[in-house]
Amino acid sequence: MIVKDVVCPFCGCLCDDIEVEVEGNRVVAVANACELGATKLTGERRMKNPILRDGDAWKDISYDEAIRYASDMLLSAERPLLYGWSGTHGEAQCVGVHMAELVRGVIDNTSSVCHGPSILAIQEVGHPGCTLGVVKNRADLVIYWGSNPIDAHPRHLSRYTYYADGFFLENAFRDRKVIVVDIRKTETANVADEFMQIQPGGDYAVLSALRAIVRGRAESIPQTVAGVTREQLIRVANLCKEAKFGAVYFGLGLTMTQGKYKNIRNAIELVTELNRHTKFTISAMRGHYNVYGSNEVNTWMTGYPFGIDFSRGIAFYNPGETTAVDILARKECDAALIVGSDPAAHFPRRCLEHLADIPVVQLDPYPNATTAFCNVQIPVAVTGIDAEGTAYRMDGVPIRTRKIFSTEYPSDEEVLSRMYALMQEDG
Amino acid sequence: MSELLIRNACVIDPLRGINAEVMDIAIRDGVIVENVGGSAEVIDAHGALTLPGGIDSHTHICGTKVNFGRYMSPEDMRAGRTPRRGHMHSTSGYSVPTTYGNSYRYSAMGYTTLLEGAMAPLEARHTHEEFLYTPLQDTMANTLFDGNWAIMEAIRDGDTKRVAAIIAWTLQAVKGFGVKLTNPGGTEAWQWGKNVSCIRDPVPYFEVTPAEIIRSIVEANELLGLPHSVHLHCNNLGMPGNYTCTLGSLGLIPDLNPKRQTLYATHVQFHAYGGSDWKDFCSKSEPIVRFVNMRPQIVIDMGQVMFGRTTTMTADGPMEFNLYRLHHEKWSNHDVELETGSGIIPVVYRRKNLVNSVMWAIGLELALLMESPWQCMLTTDNPNGAPFVRYPEIIALLMSKRYRDAEFATIHPDTGSRVPLPAIERELDWYEIAVMTRAGQARALGIQDLGKGYLGPGAEADVAIYPIRIDEVDPAVDYQKVIEAFSQTEYTIKRGRVVSRRGECLVDGSNATLWVRPNVSDDYDMGRDPDFIEKFDRYYTVRMRNYPVQEEYLNRDRCIETEAGI
Ligand code: SF4
Ligand SMILES: [Zn+2]
Ligand SMILES: [Zn+2]
Repeated sequence: MIVKDVVCPFCGCLCDDIEVEVEGNRVVAVANACELGATKLTGERRMKNPILRDGDAWKDISYDEAIRYASDMLLSAERPLLYGWSGTHGEAQCVGVHMAELVRGVIDNTSSVCHGPSILAIQEVGHPGCTLGVVKNRADLVIYWGSNPIDAHPRHLSRYTYYADGFFLENAFRDRKVIVVDIRKTETANVADEFMQIQPGGDYAVLSALRAIVRGRAESIPQTVAGVTREQLIRVANLCKEAKFGAVYFGLGLTMTQGKYKNIRNAIELVTELNRHTKFTISAMRGHYNVYGSNEVNTWMTGYPFGIDFSRGIAFYNPGETTAVDILARKECDAALIVGSDPAAHFPRRCLEHLADIPVVQLDPYPNATTAFCNVQIPVAVTGIDAEGTAYRMDGVPIRTRKIFSTEYPSDEEVLSRMYALMQEDG
Repeated sequence: MSELLIRNACVIDPLRGINAEVMDIAIRDGVIVENVGGSAEVIDAHGALTLPGGIDSHTHICGTKVNFGRYMSPEDMRAGRTPRRGHMHSTSGYSVPTTYGNSYRYSAMGYTTLLEGAMAPLEARHTHEEFLYTPLQDTMANTLFDGNWAIMEAIRDGDTKRVAAIIAWTLQAVKGFGVKLTNPGGTEAWQWGKNVSCIRDPVPYFEVTPAEIIRSIVEANELLGLPHSVHLHCNNLGMPGNYTCTLGSLGLIPDLNPKRQTLYATHVQFHAYGGSDWKDFCSKSEPIVRFVNMRPQIVIDMGQVMFGRTTTMTADGPMEFNLYRLHHEKWSNHDVELETGSGIIPVVYRRKNLVNSVMWAIGLELALLMESPWQCMLTTDNPNGAPFVRYPEIIALLMSKRYRDAEFATIHPDTGSRVPLPAIERELDWYEIAVMTRAGQARALGIQDLGKGYLGPGAEADVAIYPIRIDEVDPAVDYQKVIEAFSQTEYTIKRGRVVSRRGECLVDGSNATLWVRPNVSDDYDMGRDPDFIEKFDRYYTVRMRNYPVQEEYLNRDRCIETEAGI
């Protein structure tokens, strides 16, 4: 059977034009997706049933037992952490918020270790953005800054920017210029019309120089700024001002390097400044397919996009204090529920040492690095493959993922709802 | 079967012409009936003011831009926090509360039905997701068509039936309720960083004017037989001298519908400005009101401004950028492909600021000068003019000349020479307030046939009982008591259940979403139109099959079917 218009549950591009061929409970062919998407859709070996750590071994347990374990763990904890969420659908994230509220825990998502600083910058200066289709149809200039889409968001260029058909561009590929700004010559830089190579840590200075030139103060710029020549800076600033519609897409290369949220703030202010001359937008290249959805859900439910602490009854937000990495590093939390992410693959060692000391339950279809830290792991259906639900694309467009085939696995939402119901009874 | 009897209610029910009669209200299974049995649960209202549940016909509570207002404003979230308690989840936010915050606070004020004023079709799913977490009110969404490419092309071709067909397809796809135009043409121009100055200014590339968009969509709206009229946010919002543009826009509207208005003009306060710049800025409420008084085909809402901090958010992207250039706080913008856009900035309206003082006066003038309260709804364009929790103060200002004078003495001293407000003696009465906050809103939205906005047999049992006896309180003098009474009901009843008692919400709630499906002939089904499909595939970044909002996003699904004349 062929299923059309499938939504790829891998990266923030959330491509919804995938075709898959299904035989029984297996995807045998994938069309339109990139490598990353195709691999995700064809799937790895899934865990068969919930497992409980028993000394050095694993014991199979039932879903009822596993859910009971998790609910008891959360209810008896003094400072539980509910972390992850970017790899699951919005409906499950909503249940997660209710659970965190009930046990007065901390709920945090993976943006606290990726685009958290971008969000802090937006909270200071705002965000001039747009949906991806606006860029596709209008932009004659696209800038990738500290992001390498060919690697991380492979179809971003073909679906939304460089190679995409645009209503207002006669020959999109010819009429659209792409500038790459990075500290090394990436694959994306190889296809760009202009590459601006910055010395590591120099983003802030380069952004400031561009702002000064846009404001008409080119004369104040030295011969080189962080390795970029004055001539190139002026050329790039002019390309921006002369564009009819410009779009900046930044990645962790800007967010997570020296300067962090100040870089993003500076970049947003450059774009705001450019809007006095022409039309310009800026957006983050959000990674995990539904990480933006976890920000959206948390925001309408609690007021804040990540790092929410319910220990006072009210929702309290203070990134750096109420975020997962900090709570683990301070050895504060005494139980953790992990959903839709793999913190053991990304967190600093100090955090993992503490994770090893406390009870941990994970909801994930596959064994992963975090499995080694779990007391219980509960396999669930994969949203976008054998479960459906809402995901938010990197530009905020919500899409309902399709179910390609059915399995016996319960969805994240089902497992969490049962947990929450038990917790309400006992809590 | 569940039965409830409200005894000794002092009822004002304008849709039935009832003005302050003490009576009983019988309720069975969520509907008002003639009488109930002896075993019904009884609430004694002790003569307290009892009104149909409040209806807000223009507010911003759910969806992409509202949530972005929260996302970018932790300072606003901190300004209003309540913990989880009983059936109430924790809430955050003052001007843009979380969904539960909106729902509980509206419920405490007696509101049972809310219309989200601006939903971008592409992002409709988000609005509906937030509706699911706004449990104590029935909800509906005005759908944005101001910069819709397919519609502008149909208008250019002079094909009004096609315009109607596109609206019909979109409304059923996104589960929308009404047709909203925000700065028609301007939101498309803004995707190039441009704007349209008024109704005769053509939209770049599409070469249609706002006047053509307004006229054609108004006609299409009536062809489809939609319950609500076109809902218009005029061009040129917030600019000195814009009242002429507003009059020009309102002048385009024929009288096409015997049951209700043909145009709902929203937040008219922001469109009633005289002067040529900020220096000679002044009120032009009088010419606007004179014009609307003579035209029953138009209903307006106030868009009242109240002093203090709030967040402005609208689909009107270019206006928000202009506002940003004045205020220099943070600015967000979000353009939506092929459809519309939005902008957000936080603002503070200050008493000591002359422009803000004039704005405050204009909103009140509109309500006080309009002859018929059925033509002027009480709103703040929440949260643009002020958060909705300020409604009780607005009610009191409209009911008390003394309160207005006391407030007037505290605002910018030059205001008096620029506004007619100090000379207006009129004080609205309880009946008129009931019209402007529920009965008139139900009629303007075209939902009285669904049992909304009145308390007669067959109506939905949405009732608000306020802790005030109107035979004992003179609102002209005791305006503080009026504010207190409208801030918190004694009981708010939704579909026959007490959902809120003295500010405490008692149930988890179960709202309904009202949306419209116009039935059109096969020839006008855009889902089969090759040209529509081809353009959709080429220029949207979402597949046409993934665009419609599924039934999973509707809690209680209340689909209104209309028989379209195409
Ligand atoms: S670009 Fe991202 S969403 Fe699209 S197919 Fe590749 S992994 Fe999936
Ligand atoms: Zn508006
Ligand atoms: Zn509005």
